[in-house]
Amino acid sequence: MEKPKIALYWCASCGGCEEAVVDLAEDILTVVEKVDIVFWPVALDFKREDVEKLKDGEILATFINGAVRLSEQEDMVKLLRRKSKLVIAFGACAHMGGVPGLANSQTKQKIFDYYYHTGPIVYNPEKKIPDPEFTKKQGFELPEFYEDVRALDQVIDVDYYIPGCAPPPNVVKNAVLTLLSGNLPPKGKVLASDKALCEECDLNKTKPAEGIKIKEIKRYYEPEKVDPEKCLLLQGLPCLGPVTRGGCNALCIKGNMPCTGCFGPVDGVKDYGAAALSFIASIIDSNDENEIKNIIEKGIPDPIGLFYMYSLPKSLLFRKIIKEE
Amino acid sequence: MEKNFEPKIIGIFCNWCTYAAADLAGVSRMQYSPNIRIIRVMCSGRIHPEFILYAFKNGADGVLIGGCHPGDCHYIEGNYKNLRRYLLLKKLLKQFGIEEERLRLEWISASEADKFVKVVNEFTETIRKLGPIPLKKEA
Amino acid sequence: MGKKIEIDPITRLEGHGKIEIFLDDKGDVEKAYFVVPELRGFEIFSLGKPAELMPQITPRICGVCPTAHHMASAKACDDLFKVEVPSAAKKLREMFYNMFMVEDHTLHFYILGGPDFIVGPDAPKAERNVLGVINKVGLEIGKKVIGIRREIRELMTFLGGKVIHPVWAVPGGVSKGIKKDEQKRFIEVAQKAVDFSLFTLKAFKDIVLSNPQYVELIKSDTYTHKTYYMGLVDDKNRVNFYDGWIRVVDPDGKEFAKFKANEYQKYLAEHVEPWTYIKFLYLKDVGWKGFVDGKDSGIYAVAPLARLNAADGMATPKAQEAYEEFFATLGKPCHHTLAMHWARVIEIIYAAERFLELAKDDEITSDKIRNVPKETPKEGFGVVEAPRGTLYHHYQTDEKGLITKANLLVATQNNSARIAMSVEKAAKGLIKGGKVSEGILNMIEMAFRAYDPCHACGTHSIPGRIPIKIIIYNKKGEILEEIKNF
Repeated sequence: MEKPKIALYWCASCGGCEEAVVDLAEDILTVVEKVDIVFWPVALDFKREDVEKLKDGEILATFINGAVRLSEQEDMVKLLRRKSKLVIAFGACAHMGGVPGLANSQTKQKIFDYYYHTGPIVYNPEKKIPDPEFTKKQGFELPEFYEDVRALDQVIDVDYYIPGCAPPPNVVKNAVLTLLSGNLPPKGKVLASDKALCEECDLNKTKPAEGIKIKEIKRYYEPEKVDPEKCLLLQGLPCLGPVTRGGCNALCIKGNMPCTGCFGPVDGVKDYGAAALSFIASIIDSNDENEIKNIIEKGIPDPIGLFYMYSLPKSLLFRKIIKEE
Repeated sequence: MEKNFEPKIIGIFCNWCTYAAADLAGVSRMQYSPNIRIIRVMCSGRIHPEFILYAFKNGADGVLIGGCHPGDCHYIEGNYKNLRRYLLLKKLLKQFGIEEERLRLEWISASEADKFVKVVNEFTETIRKLGPIPLKKEA
Repeated sequence: MGKKIEIDPITRLEGHGKIEIFLDDKGDVEKAYFVVPELRGFEIFSLGKPAELMPQITPRICGVCPTAHHMASAKACDDLFKVEVPSAAKKLREMFYNMFMVEDHTLHFYILGGPDFIVGPDAPKAERNVLGVINKVGLEIGKKVIGIRREIRELMTFLGGKVIHPVWAVPGGVSKGIKKDEQKRFIEVAQKAVDFSLFTLKAFKDIVLSNPQYVELIKSDTYTHKTYYMGLVDDKNRVNFYDGWIRVVDPDGKEFAKFKANEYQKYLAEHVEPWTYIKFLYLKDVGWKGFVDGKDSGIYAVAPLARLNAADGMATPKAQEAYEEFFATLGKPCHHTLAMHWARVIEIIYAAERFLELAKDDEITSDKIRNVPKETPKEGFGVVEAPRGTLYHHYQTDEKGLITKANLLVATQNNSARIAMSVEKAAKGLIKGGKVSEGILNMIEMAFRAYDPCHACGTHSIPGRIPIKIIIYNKKGEILEEIKNF
């Protein structure tokens, strides 16, 4: 019997998700035995035209990581969507935009100006910039750099999501085996735990029954020492575990650092940052407007960085509003 | 700025205080800007930041929140919970490039119909001067 | 316009790289462009972020070497807050860093660069990959590679929180230490790493250096460039990956400059070209003279070969032995790009020995692992040697520690000019009279593959080929010939 075909592709990604696949180590052999990889640009020789030659829907599952920022990436994912039965958004960038999504708080012009003109050691008296017009005259194409960053499902229809930055080996393995089992979960499911991170964190039992209330939110460098046996929230660190989907076994907390939310929200939440904001607001121990303002000023100087580190393109507002001058 | 720009204002008011004040204003035949569309919640503590972001995303030019005065909340602490979220949300909205004046919180009790009218009219004019929000569509 | 040959895409590099080659009327190469269509804008979207978040944001530049960015960033933050890092934390950080160097270099040697030599540059394509490597060295060894890498990465996860994008280093130290009873596991794994690194050197010698054809290839002019070299050295001018002086030597091997991270603006400048998104670093005082070799051109190289050239020795015994043998065979400085593979193995030995040294040092079990910054932050510089070259992080903040300006010089930018030259020289040397073949395709690939550019996810290249299609057009734009290697 023919083995099911799978494909992997990367957009504006760091490569960590490719590493995540390799981190399956020996387990990768169990997966590779069961499938036929027909496209994986960073590893195999198959080209775009090989994908084009396939029938629509011939690929069982394509795993795409990275956010969409360049025209070449958009073209490729649209092609892969046509040729695949299932498309899986792999990793936080494809799922929600990821860290590169933070660029939606800036503009393409600002990026270009700094990179090619005003950077501290840039010496560019002829004011050259990467220019698709120039390369067209030379005879080849330089892909266009878009104004905004997009998550994968803002460009094509996505069937499933494997969350994380990068998805840990246990999550990848379970997700792949689920998809190959033939017992498909409902479309649109995020393939990790359905509960918030606190459920699987060892420090959960140290939370007081009456709830958490703190008078100070600390910057990461402020604790003299982190007590590894006490909930990080009680120590003043803004851990987003309560609003973040679980499945990673609380890796960051085991490293004595708070959760930053890379698995995204639990089911039913439209805007991760709003949920995180609401949660942090609820643990501030004060009813006085000025006192609340001071706690926020001191502890959360950058709300977007804290609440939308991986999910800015998927926020309800999508990007920072740039007023035309 | 567009000529004849009519701001779309969303008001989210708590049932026991501000919504009652709005009713009182209506019954008393007090005039106020018709730009506001009111949503009634049982308590301002019910207001999740998502509602406000959703309002802006779907065309609201300004959002006005109304709750009971501190200490008078029907559910004891709900208005404080709203206050905390509101203060943090204001800071976030600034980073998104949305002017501070577009989101406003007022404590208006059930008997303060005149305060209600004053606030709504003031807020509508503020938004009219600011103009519409140039929100970008995703697609 | 003459004929155009397009190699698209390049893989095991930037997933989106390509090479455009233009022939003149005689069919010889007139110009070759090495195009990198990749840009995300980290320095700009970091504006306004708290500096202490940077060690978690910047690793997302590269998921293969996130630890390099994590450490460079943490060091820049230390400098920013002018906070002293406790000695135990420095040792922990350096140990963690050398663990990372071992696993990253090891994987590249066996899966990315290795196939070119272990199996051979003109071996059948189907064998020029890790499976071919395993055939040559045996399945047991293959399992050892996967195994040692897994063990190191599991320990890194244990200590650093995550191994892909660590959360561990903070301004002033690290967030987690090692307990006394945990130390022996580190020593155990370090010893395995040392043994394995020596085995790797032996394998390289047996398979590559004992083969005269390969040695000729390494020494050939097609893959040779006489440029400046840059690397981090300690006070005794020995290679150090974690900290020290940035030392630059000229094409004759003489010291040209030696400076600390905070002086980089005096020595380095960036050049822009309209046909690629990547910028090209060069030495300011020498100047940008175009894509040319030599003492008068400001182009320089980084990464294993450059680091060995820029140093006077290695700080650990077995690595020093290997270093001396390397230069006795090839001469110092060595300008042969392909020798980078050998230099990389020597670095694995050093990293493993240093890992073991630090694992045995009892101070790493101390609980004094962080200091709280007290000074108002302003400006900070951090530098490390990423596997692929010297990496600089430079931050300026307001008094609350929010980033007002950031400048990141990512390892491959130091090499980008030399890579472009290598590719063009290889193309010019190998394509004559319009004749192209599959063997030539691979030889051109080898020119950039040796550098192992930063975004290369070499770790996951299972078969080792780069899919290349060459389309030759005539002046009318009609297709004359099409050659593929797949």
